[in-house]
Amino acid sequence: MSPAPARPGLLSRLELGGAAAAAVVLLAVPLVAAPFQTITVCYGLVFAIAALGFNLLLGYTGLLSFGHSAYFGMGAYVVAMLVKYLGWTSMEAFVVAGILGSVLVAGLFGLVCVRYTRIFFSILTLALSQVLWSLALKLFWVTGGTDGLRVPTPTLLVGSLAPTSDKMDFLAYRYYYYVLVLFVVSVIVMWLIVHSPFGKALQAIRDNETRAEFVGVQVRRYRWIAFVVSGAFTGLAGTLWVPLNGLTTPDILYWQFSGRIVFFVVLGGFKTFWGPILGAIAYNYLETYAVGFTIYWQLVLGSVLVLLVLTMPQGLAGTVDALVRWLRRPALT
Amino acid sequence: MNLLETRRLTKAFGANRAVDGVDFTVRAGELLALIGSNGAGKTTLVNLISGLVGADSGTIVFDGQNVTHQSIHERIEAGIARSFQLVNLFDQLSVRDNVALTIFARQGKTRHLWAVADRDGAVADEAMQVLRQFGLEPRARMAAAGLSQGERKLLDVAVAYALRPKLLFLDEPTSGVSTREKAPIMDVVTSVVRQEQITAVVIEHDMDIVFTYSDRIVAMHQGGILAEGSPDEIRRNEAVTTTLIGSPPPS
Amino acid sequence: MDTLVVQILNSLFYASILFLIACGLSLVYGVMRIVNMAHGNLYAFGAYVAAWVIGLVTDSLHWTLLFALLLSGALAAAAAGAVLEPLLLRPLYKRAEEYQLLMTFGLLLILEDVMRLLWGPHPLTASALSDALASMSILGVTYPVYNIFVIAVGGVAAVCLWAFVYRTRFGVMLRATSQDMRMASALGINVKRVYVQAFTLGCLMAGLGGAVVMPISGAVLGMGVDALILAFVVVVIGGLGSLEGALVGALIVGFVRTIGITYFAEVELAVLYLIAAVVLFVRPAGLFARA
Repeated sequence: MSPAPARPGLLSRLELGGAAAAAVVLLAVPLVAAPFQTITVCYGLVFAIAALGFNLLLGYTGLLSFGHSAYFGMGAYVVAMLVKYLGWTSMEAFVVAGILGSVLVAGLFGLVCVRYTRIFFSILTLALSQVLWSLALKLFWVTGGTDGLRVPTPTLLVGSLAPTSDKMDFLAYRYYYYVLVLFVVSVIVMWLIVHSPFGKALQAIRDNETRAEFVGVQVRRYRWIAFVVSGAFTGLAGTLWVPLNGLTTPDILYWQFSGRIVFFVVLGGFKTFWGPILGAIAYNYLETYAVGFTIYWQLVLGSVLVLLVLTMPQGLAGTVDALVRWLRRPALT
Repeated sequence: MNLLETRRLTKAFGANRAVDGVDFTVRAGELLALIGSNGAGKTTLVNLISGLVGADSGTIVFDGQNVTHQSIHERIEAGIARSFQLVNLFDQLSVRDNVALTIFARQGKTRHLWAVADRDGAVADEAMQVLRQFGLEPRARMAAAGLSQGERKLLDVAVAYALRPKLLFLDEPTSGVSTREKAPIMDVVTSVVRQEQITAVVIEHDMDIVFTYSDRIVAMHQGGILAEGSPDEIRRNEAVTTTLIGSPPPS
Repeated sequence: MDTLVVQILNSLFYASILFLIACGLSLVYGVMRIVNMAHGNLYAFGAYVAAWVIGLVTDSLHWTLLFALLLSGALAAAAAGAVLEPLLLRPLYKRAEEYQLLMTFGLLLILEDVMRLLWGPHPLTASALSDALASMSILGVTYPVYNIFVIAVGGVAAVCLWAFVYRTRFGVMLRATSQDMRMASALGINVKRVYVQAFTLGCLMAGLGGAVVMPISGAVLGMGVDALILAFVVVVIGGLGSLEGALVGALIVGFVRTIGITYFAEVELAVLYLIAAVVLFVRPAGLFARA
């Protein structure tokens, strides 16, 4: 695999143009599309936030987590618990609490996981997430077991936007824009992190752990910070997901959901910043339309994953990138 | 004045005493060559001093402080830096970022999550300055993986140098490159080291290079120090010539 | 006293199954440096094939012959392994490790659904086998003979595997390859062949585990991943790549599970992982770590 060419750090003209076009499209969705379509896009944005968080570990730190369902699920369950036991309704409170909850779990799990790399890291993340899953399943008097916990539509903006009677309408307009804003904020924050000196240190750790230690980067501590930040993003995604779904069940803590996050990122391409976002949105579309089409969804996913790994390891974004470069190739003289 | 002193430093791997009770001294300002056949314990000695492996017994005193039990990070802060025999670079980062990262780390800026790294003019300038010193400026924007072997060896040294250490260990800076490339690499490295008055220890196999560039030589054999002295003394030392060079001393 | 004996036998039963799964996982890692995420699915595949084959002939054959048919599960898993390794893993050995993990994860998803496609969503079983053996009395307690049979299979498999790896020519090649693949290759060992053989052997053991557990717990969807998660605990405790570690890890997990199911069923998995985490803190590469 040839290494990616070094790029200038700031947005290229292509990236700026792409981001502007995407912003226009995303702003216009609720105005031109049916509510069902808008909500599908909304799910995509939520998953994209999770994918961004995941890729801070895979793409930038070189750690493949098979346990990100833990943080997504934590974000969701925190909201459900606050609703059930404290009767909270404010989305802002949920966002803060959801992030705090997932940071707590990621901080704890991270202490164990970042002591290891490569396959050991993957195994441990998977295993620890399965522990959370088994707890959610078995402590049913707290978590509702397989029935899960219901979450009603929250109020937005410190209670100033109460849910309307038409839930679909509320989710497809107000809540969509709410998620869109947080999505944009997440993208900006993550972009800053990966382009910061800290982000460079993570990439250095990815490329060469020993050398990173010998230029003074405290590898384990930085990995842990990356792990927690990654968990926070994924937790935020879980928090935003719950009102859309209206219900949280142990399924989102299960390894299959972690696998889905892995899939977003590999589909989009983990060597680029934008790949995971693209992958999450594309996946969500695929699933929405393919699930009605076949019950053997995992077979489809697995086959696509195998094909991607064998033939398109750079993912969608990498392939688009290569295509653009091919189109711009100097003409033969 | 001695910048570094080890006393009775020992490290064994199983039954093999790789470094066996070594008293090793580096004087401030000198360019010291560490020689010895494969398995003599040179790299293990450097690994012990730089903190990659822990000592079984003995002490390491650097610049007046006992660093024997300090972490790698603390030793870097104290002023010890090293390069590697098998080139260790950040392959996917640009050549400039390889050096810039080191500068960020030295300045404690790698803890900054919010600044855009490429917008830090001072660091960028310093990184380019370092690359210029090593003749790598034209390669600044290239991914490190794309460099030639000779350039990679130079960048490896440049990365360690950018830590602005007091003591710089260079583990075979010319290994793996053609004979023709060796002298130019050493010319660049030694001129930077002398200009900036950095104390340096070079592990080297090529005796021509050792005799040409070093102020003083320490020869190791089977985990211990066989001899030390000026290049002339070592050239005439019978123990060294028979065990290491394998030929009678030149007349 | 009686419950203690039963508990110990139950623990050995679990340990036996866990060893059959974990030894293959460890063997494949030891030789190929790959952790096969689909390993649990090959265990499930063994269970399904054995249940299906025995189900076809249950009424027409004497029950003793049905026992021999348990081997069909092991052989089917081995055959699957012999096809999958060269087809899907071999192209990836030169790539970054992430891709190998992703590939076996893709395989996990595929196999999960292939079994649903072939045998439907309902569990398959062949209880004729466990019924045929009834119960016997050991140290004053009655205990199903079939469970004793499973314990024996685990024990015999461990001895055979040990003899195979440490006492045969193939074992020498296997160990040489796991020490240093390039050196082995330079010495004239056909590394490609060793890889496919090691992978097949690992799958054979997993398939055998699935086949022998099937008359008791049935072949059900999701059993592969459950087994994988437990096998991970076993190899993390024992040390990935070590057969002795797999055995000791399986015994530890077997006993903890049995106690857990009786006294703290809700947090049984959490306790297991707590133990694994403690082992990792004390001995980062597991109890029987290889250098």
